[in-house]
Amino acid sequence: MSQEPSDADFNAMLKRSLRAEGIAVIERMEQDTTQALCSDPAFLNSPAGKQKAEHIQQSNWMAIKAPSDGRYIGDWKRGEAIAQSGRGGTWADSGKEPSGGGCYNCHQIDRKEIAYGTLGPSLWNYGKQRGYSKEVITYTWNKIYNAKAYQACSSMPRFGHLHLLNQQQMQDLMGLLLDPRSPVNE
Amino acid sequence: MTAHTLRLRLGLGLRLGLGLGLRLGLGLRLGLGLRLGLGLCLGLWLCASAGWVFAQSSTEDITQYRDMLSDSNPAELYIAAGEDKWNTPAGPKKTNLKYCDLGLGAGKLEGAAAQLPRYFKDTDRVQDLESRLMTCLSQLQGISEQSIIDAPFGEGPKKDLNEIVAYVVSRSKGAIIKVSTQHPKEQAIYALGKKAFYTQAGPYDFSCASCHSQDAKRIRLQELPNLTSPAGAAQAWGSWPAYRVSNGEFWTMQHRLNDCLRQQHWPYPVYGSDLTIALSMFMAVNANEGLYQAPGLKR
Repeated sequence: MSQEPSDADFNAMLKRSLRAEGIAVIERMEQDTTQALCSDPAFLNSPAGKQKAEHIQQSNWMAIKAPSDGRYIGDWKRGEAIAQSGRGGTWADSGKEPSGGGCYNCHQIDRKEIAYGTLGPSLWNYGKQRGYSKEVITYTWNKIYNAKAYQACSSMPRFGHLHLLNQQQMQDLMGLLLDPRSPVNE
Repeated sequence: MTAHTLRLRLGLGLRLGLGLGLRLGLGLRLGLGLRLGLGLCLGLWLCASAGWVFAQSSTEDITQYRDMLSDSNPAELYIAAGEDKWNTPAGPKKTNLKYCDLGLGAGKLEGAAAQLPRYFKDTDRVQDLESRLMTCLSQLQGISEQSIIDAPFGEGPKKDLNEIVAYVVSRSKGAIIKVSTQHPKEQAIYALGKKAFYTQAGPYDFSCASCHSQDAKRIRLQELPNLTSPAGAAQAWGSWPAYRVSNGEFWTMQHRLNDCLRQQHWPYPVYGSDLTIALSMFMAVNANEGLYQAPGLKR
């Protein structure tokens, strides 16, 4: 019954159904290789799909950039504000203000915030549990920068790779998770 | 206004059995009071903005509040207005809608919404309720479909359409969802909807599946239905259109999908377009055999 539609039919449907509005331009529908792979769960589960996923992870991995000033840990207070804000990037946003990280949409972080989502794992006591080693710090930076470097079809947006957050915002989020003085590590 | 006084006011209003008009006033005031800070957090009832009246309240409170409202869903106002619009001659052709065929024959409304979307021979396409009603308004009353498509949500011809939708779905309340996949075009659009559901795009790599393919997940405190499961799809499909207490508005599924795609950071879906109908078809077929409970009541 659900025979796979042709790409031509599918793209024609998208073309006549979607239009640009504000910053949400129509080019947003042009998929990169990661998005194309992750849109096809049947293929993803095949041996060929799994192999492709490894390639995709590799290419996402290669594109990660360490902070240009060598500083990984920013201001946890600003980090908390960034984690709280889910604004930015939609057709209702101007695109002039920096976007939020929307982290609480999916993660528990500071447990004082009870309105947290559960699509991602809890990050409460993130540093306290993992320690503050160089390995943990680099891993966390990479994960925020490009979660698809570790899992090709992770649900987490690629905040650095796709320029959703700037370097300082990511450093501040790192502070929220990995500054021993952050309330997350109480 | 605290949650308590709000509840009190609302309770009083309902208990006094005020007329429809007054209850509309109340609904609107409620809407205004609750609209604070919503845009920032994906339209959630309990976003964490400081000073938010319901912040730190519990989901229990919300459930209680919803239960209290449920025997007097403000959607009733829309239903009453919609019934009026169905029966009253309107548009350039000055006709009513009693010859509108929603799939079960001209003017047959009982259970019709619970069997949509479906293929219609006269338009040679699969239509959901909103797009089918646009066909009726255009053919019977001479109202231009484009004027409805172009209107802002909840205003002008879209507001009129909302009311008609509310009336039509109320005549399916309690029916079993029964959406056909017999016609090849029904099969084709279901497959397109399924593909669309899993399609990732945009700066956040989001698809519908990013949020709606697992059981028992939430964004902030908002529970996310798993639209790939029969139970989740029935719960979601069967409870829209709905009156949304958080903003005091009646939303049809077209509006609901529009806001999903906004949060998905996609471009803007044209009202009644095939993408929206395909996604609805995917949900509705997955919801088959479930209970049609619309119009619902949402946060």
